[in-house]
Order: sequence, then structure tokens, then C-alpha cells
Amino acid sequence: MAASSTTSFNARPSGRVSAFWRRLRSGDDIAYVITLTCALTILAIAALLVFELYTNSTLPRHKFGWSFLTTSVWDPVADQFGALPFIYGTVVTSALALLMGIPLGVGAAIFLAELAPAKASNGLTFLIELLAAVPSVIFGLLGIFVLVPMLISAEPVIRAVLGWTPLFSGPFYGVSMLSAGVVLAVMIIPFIISISREVILAVPTEQREGALALGATRWETTWNVVLPFAKKGIMGSIFLALARSLGETMAVTMVIGNDPSIHASLFAPGYSIAAIIANEFAEAPGDLYRGALIELGLVLFGLTIIINGLARILVLSTTKKGAS
Amino acid sequence: MLSLRRKTVNAVMLSLTGICTFLAVGTLLFILGYLFIHGGTSLTVNFFTKLPTPVGELGGGMANALLGSAKLLLLASCIGIPIGFLGGVYLAEFGGSSFSYIVRYATDLLNGVPSIVIGIFAYTLIVLPQGHFSTFSGGLALGVMMIPIAIRSSEDFLRAVPVSMREGAMALGASKAKTIFTVVIPAAKAGLITGIMLNIARVAGETAPLIFTAFGNRFWSPGWEQPTASLPVMIWLYATSPYADWKQQAWSAGFVLLMLVLMINVLARMILSKRGQVAR
Amino acid sequence: MTRRVFIVNAALVAALTVRAASAQQVLINAGGATFPYPMYSKWFDEYHKKFSNIAINYASIGSGGGIAQVTAGTVDFGASDGPMNDTQIKEFQDKRGSAILHFPTIMGADVPTYNIPGVTAQLNFTGEALAGIFLGKITKWDDPEITKANPGVKLPSNNIVVVHRSDGSGTTYIWVDYLCKVSKEWETKVGRGTSVKWPVGLGGKGNEGVSGSIQQTANSIGYVELIYAIQNKMTYGKVKNAAGEFVLASLAGVTAAAAGMKDMPEDFRVSITNAPGKGVYPISSFTWLLIPSKIADPAKKKAIKDFLAWMLGDGQKMTEALSYAQLPKAVVAKELKAIDKIQ
Repeated sequence: MAASSTTSFNARPSGRVSAFWRRLRSGDDIAYVITLTCALTILAIAALLVFELYTNSTLPRHKFGWSFLTTSVWDPVADQFGALPFIYGTVVTSALALLMGIPLGVGAAIFLAELAPAKASNGLTFLIELLAAVPSVIFGLLGIFVLVPMLISAEPVIRAVLGWTPLFSGPFYGVSMLSAGVVLAVMIIPFIISISREVILAVPTEQREGALALGATRWETTWNVVLPFAKKGIMGSIFLALARSLGETMAVTMVIGNDPSIHASLFAPGYSIAAIIANEFAEAPGDLYRGALIELGLVLFGLTIIINGLARILVLSTTKKGAS
Repeated sequence: MLSLRRKTVNAVMLSLTGICTFLAVGTLLFILGYLFIHGGTSLTVNFFTKLPTPVGELGGGMANALLGSAKLLLLASCIGIPIGFLGGVYLAEFGGSSFSYIVRYATDLLNGVPSIVIGIFAYTLIVLPQGHFSTFSGGLALGVMMIPIAIRSSEDFLRAVPVSMREGAMALGASKAKTIFTVVIPAAKAGLITGIMLNIARVAGETAPLIFTAFGNRFWSPGWEQPTASLPVMIWLYATSPYADWKQQAWSAGFVLLMLVLMINVLARMILSKRGQVAR
Repeated sequence: MTRRVFIVNAALVAALTVRAASAQQVLINAGGATFPYPMYSKWFDEYHKKFSNIAINYASIGSGGGIAQVTAGTVDFGASDGPMNDTQIKEFQDKRGSAILHFPTIMGADVPTYNIPGVTAQLNFTGEALAGIFLGKITKWDDPEITKANPGVKLPSNNIVVVHRSDGSGTTYIWVDYLCKVSKEWETKVGRGTSVKWPVGLGGKGNEGVSGSIQQTANSIGYVELIYAIQNKMTYGKVKNAAGEFVLASLAGVTAAAAGMKDMPEDFRVSITNAPGKGVYPISSFTWLLIPSKIADPAKKKAIKDFLAWMLGDGQKMTEALSYAQLPKAVVAKELKAIDKIQ
């Protein structure tokens, strides 16, 4: 689909070669090739990463096989390794983080995009984006010194309201899966707010005006017209947030309690895959031990594939026609 | 005629969003305030000009870490942003069905890899064959982290540009490439910059990937082939030490890191908005 | 304007990539244990002040990291809180083609620290008490094993909350090594390592994670490095040594643990926990530098050998100021001789 102007300009017989040069000059093919190559690097990196993870974990894979995924024992001295407690902790803390982060994030994004005056909105968003730059280790420190004492004092209230569920039973020492979930939620909110706000702002004003002209309230317009339009972008930000929470290392390990066992209660300490790799990799002597930690990285990769797949199915099933 | 129910729902939901914002902003202001009080108030010129000193010797700084972080971020951005951005362009503009789906999936997967695993990855790929730690391997590790974020956010914002703009340009005879670079990208500019800023911000604070690549350095690190100090690693080291002076420096470094990212943010927006505002 | 831009850019590039190198700049990279990092950074800094062309860059990547990196050859020497075992030494021999030498540098100790509401006294702990607590067999503070060592202190009947390290660490190694020596059950059930399967307790990351948890959790007990406890003015208990005395950890008590060693092996790989002798603090340990016996680069070799000699002389005088215990004289003498093994 070369620009029609060039055919009259280049008044020569259109052979394949000159057609080729025409297309090249219009830049379409170059753009295609270059951008395709860049997109391919992602696949290359992902493949290389999986390859590295796979080859460096041969020892434990041969020793444990699939039982690695179902065992709960983590004993470096006896060389017994199992991934189950870490899978559990990773899933629970990320789920908590999303549960708290999505409503807060999308809510704030709506406010900033629709209701706040432009200057205030820009300024506040700018500040919120700064949260993304706070190093993970500082979140961890603030977690131990600020969040955990806060949660300890809030514990009686939580227990009074929700103590009847097994989710909030048992002793509470401050460091727990609940604390990790809250810290993660704070860490992912800037991504959700920032990106969601931008895509909401990008929704054409005609859409809003149309709805308002039909008598909808501000909220109804936002919920029924604007959000569906922005849905893809908001979903994108949530995927980014999910990814961050699955892989977050430093902050989690400082507040999760680092206990490789499975408890139903959120008050109990737990452990996540990223946290144990960070904790033990530098010190791990021996190839089996290191290999087990790398195998955990592989497991996380697999976990991410599954969770992303499930999330995508969820999105597909709720997509309205005509809104994408 | 608006029913009372609809009016109430409207008021309640909108106030809820206000509360959400208040909570988010409040948390941020708290963190900033905490960092400022613990780190900003005791910041001295030494921090920016002196090398680290051993415990007990006051007057040390993190000048080498500042330079190290700057070099690492520069290298990472040069690798991560172009590749990520152009990859996002592909997905948004040329993307068809299954291939783009796979690429998007792989991007989300890479985003979820713990930073320490990326560090180990860069270690096995570069440090071991080279036989030494280096700024180069650190920058590469960070760059690899930046790519998937950049692809994701670029694609989101490019897609948000209405199809009508693209069609308008093509109707005027522009080739696809020309449309992308002269119409779509400028229209998405605000969002793209946001994405880049978030990316740099995120990567500026990453510690784990640098431990096994850039390693650390108490001295200046000339060139790209030697280990280098960096702000996040120094923060981690000092904050987890038993010494009050070092802990103090850790908070200062955290504050400085944040201010640096703020500056990059402001500068980028200023420079790029000079070329004309995007109508909102 | 363009010329100015060009000059600024050139200057920037120059600043980023070039730095004037003095004659014969020797840059040595080392990595390993976190525990002695403050001391090592002081030593290397002082040494650099004395010999400005020698820069020894040490990064704390963990004892395991130190062993792994020196074996991989990415650092010139390593450091570890626990000696390399025979498998690791063989691996080094296979990969690097020479032996690896251990040089003790300083000494440190672990102390039991606790938070019991209403109890401000310094508690006495027997080895059996500590092992029992960490095994989860002793669950209450008023257990006879604890109270009999602390007559006159009213201990409550509350449940004990154990706090241990979650990250692999030499600090853990020293602690569990001691527990192995005082408790057969611990040795068979849990064993020793920088990371173990703890029967009970919460995991805190680093010394600050453990001390933070203890501060915030009533009725808790954990272990931290002596330096950490001193610098942060924490309350810690006395431990019963092999001679039957309850000793409060101190630099003198730690040095005494090594002095009590009758037969220091040639390669200095020895555990000194629960060492015999009076005034000995039982949960003490060396920390070692791991130096290849063959160093190819002559400038680096000379620098490292000179540094070791300096470290054993002037360097030892700087330890007390940072709350590390210095090596006993007998060990220093032996090490000075061992430097010649580096070819």
C-alpha cells in the first residue's frame, strides 16, 4: 500500500525491483522488521532464561522429580527440598495485594482522571509515581518499623470483626502474610493508578458527553461507559502489578516472617519463592542446594504462566463486545 | 428526573474514589516525609562528594554510588527503552493474532521474574564467561528488566490512541510507518513518557540484580568493566548494618535516590513537552 | 552553542569512562562474609591510605557467596564465617588448580537476646536450655531448666517465641554449631549449616530483622552478633561455658576461646565453640579469609601478602574500636608463618 503519489512521480516500468525500493522508501517494511526484531528479543530472553533455569537445576530435578512441587519440607542440612510452602505463600500474598490494590488503585485513578482539577491531578499523580522509585529495601524497612507495629495495634480490631474466619485466627507476631500483602499492595498501587489514569484520560470526551446527554450521573457514566473503554489499559496495569507482586523480593522477606510452612491464617508467618531465593542464594553451599533454589525460580515461572493464563481467561469472559 | 437512589449511589461512589486517592496519596506523603526526616534533614555536601568511609569515621559519602547508579541507569535505559518501546510499537501497530499473543504472554512472564533471578541470569551469562564483575553486566541486567515493562506500557498507551486518528492519516496517503511516527506516537506521548518514567523509577531502586553483577566498590570505578557501587546496594548494606551512622546514611541515600528520580521525571517532562502539548 | 554542547558532552564521557590511573594501580576484588564487613572496610581503607596505589575492594555477598566466587575465579580472594568443607576445597582444587588457604582475621560471637515483659535482669542460660528452647521442647519461660540457673528472677509462665535468622548466615552457623556441641538431639535432628530447618520460630532477615522482631514480640528470644547487640545497646544473657561458669559475652571472653585451643590445626579450619578454659565465652568463632595458594599476578600477590602481614600486626590493634575481638598471639604467630605458603 505505497503512497499513490509515487507511482505517477516515478514514471518508469514497475518491475519488482522498483516496487521493492518504493516500499522500502515508504519505510513500512523497515519499521516492520525493526519492531518485529525488538518484539522477538522478549521471546529470546524468555527462552534463554528458561533454558538457564532448567539446566542449572538438573540435580534437584533428577533427585526429587515432581514431588518437589508437593513436598513441604525444606531442610538444607539433610538435603531435602520441597516447594509447596513457597508456592502457597507467593499465591496468597499476591492475591492479598491485588485484592487491596485494585480497588484502591482504580478508585484513585478514577478520581484523579475524572473529578480532580487538572493541575491537582497532574501534581498528585506525579507524586504517586514517585512511590514506584522507592527502593524495595526501604519498603521493607518501613514495613518492619512502621507497618508491623501499626498492624499489631490494629490486631484486636481485625480480630473482633473477622476473627471468626480461619483466615484471621491464631497468634499474631506482626510479621505475617497479612503484613506482606499490605506492603505489596502499597508497592503495586502506583503502577495501577498511574497507568489507569492515563488510559481513562485517553477515552474520548464524546463518549462521556454522550452518556451525560442521555441523563446518566457522573458515576454511571464512569462505570458504564468510560471504564469499559479503558478496560484493556486497566487490565494491562493490573497484569504489571501482578507481575511485580509475584516477583517482589526484598520488601516481602523483611515482613513475611520467613517460615516455610503452610497455615490457613493470614496472621501466621509464611514464605514466598522470591523471598527464599533472596535469603539463601548468596550463602547456599553446594550444587544441590543452589540447584533447588534455581528450581524454585523455574517453579515461579511456571506459576506465573498458570496465573497469567487464568487471568486472561477471566478477562476474556468479561469483555463486552464493542468496548475493546 | 434523577431518582434518589441514583443520586446517592453517585455521591457515595465518587466519594469512595476520593477516599482511595486520599489513602494512596497519604501513604506516599508519609513515606516521603519519613525519608525526609530520617534522611533528608541530615544530608550534607559530603554525601555527594566523598567516598564511603569505614565505620566510626564521619564525613563519608556515597559519591561513587551516585556515579555508579547514573552509569547503570544510563546503560540500562539505552538497552531497555528502545527495544521495549519498539517492541510495544510492533504489538500495537503490526500485531496480528497468535504471535502477538505469545509475545504479550512472554512479556508478562518476564515481568514476574524476581529481580534476583534476573541477577543470577546475568551472572551466568556475562560475569562467569568474563571472569569478573562489571558495570556492564549490571547495566545489562537492569536493561533486561526494563524491556518487558517498556513493551507492556508502550503497547497500552499506543492502543489507547483512537483508531480514527490512524485512519485519518492513512486516508491522507501516509504510509503505515509515517502514521505511526508522526501521528500515533505523538498522540500517545504523555502516556509513553509516563511509562518510561515508571520504568526508570522501578529499576533505579532495584538491589538484588546488582549484587551478582555490579558487585560493589568502595572506590571509584572507571570505565565499564570494573565493579561499581550503586545507591540501592549501598542502602541495603548500610541499612542492615549495626551502626547508627551507616543507618543514617542509608536513609539519606534513600531520600537522594527518590529526589534523583523526581528530577529525571521533571526534566523529561519539561524537555518533551516543549515540543507542544497534547490536547486533553 | 553546539561547540559548548560538544565540550560538555566530551567532558561527561571522559568523566564517566576515564580516570587518571596512578603508577601501577593495583585493584583487587574480594567478596564474602557480611559479619566482618565493617572491620574489613576499615582495614582496606586504612591500607589504601598507606599505599595509595593498592585498592582492595571488598563486597559483602555472604559467606557462601565468597566461597562460590573465589572458586569461580571472579574475585581474587574470598571471606567466610565458616571454614570451607572438604568437598568445597576439592572443588576449588579442581576448578582453579591450586589449594585454598584459610587465614583467620578476627573473632566474633553470638549472644542470646530476649524480650520478656517485666524482666530486666541479665539471664543465665545453660547450653541445654538454649538447645531445648530452639528445639521447641522448652516452651515456657518458667521451665525448670531456665529458672534453676536464675534464682531470684521471677520468670513468667508465658510461651516462648523463638526468633531465628531466615537468611543463610555465618551468624547462624556459629549458633547451631554450638547447639550441636551441647545437645546430641540438636546434632541428629537439625545439624549445622548456614541455613537449617528450624524446628520452631519466626525468621527475621539479617540481624536487624531478628532484633526488630524481638523488640516487637513479647516473650521472644533470638540470637544476634555481639557487635550488633553492643552497638544497639541490647540486653543479652550469659551463657554457661565448658568450665561451668556463666559468662557474659565480651571481647576478652571471645579471644580467650581461641587462646584455649591447644592444637590449632595447620590449615586453621577449626571450630572454637564451647571451647575449654576459664573466662571463655562459648559461642565464639573465627572468621576467615580464603586465599588461593597460587596467585598469578605478581603485583596482586605481593599486595595480598603484604596486607596479610599488616593485618596481623597493625590491623589487629584496630579491632576493639569496632567491637571485634582480636586474634590470640599464638594464632598470629602461626599465621605469619603460613603467609609463605602463598606462591
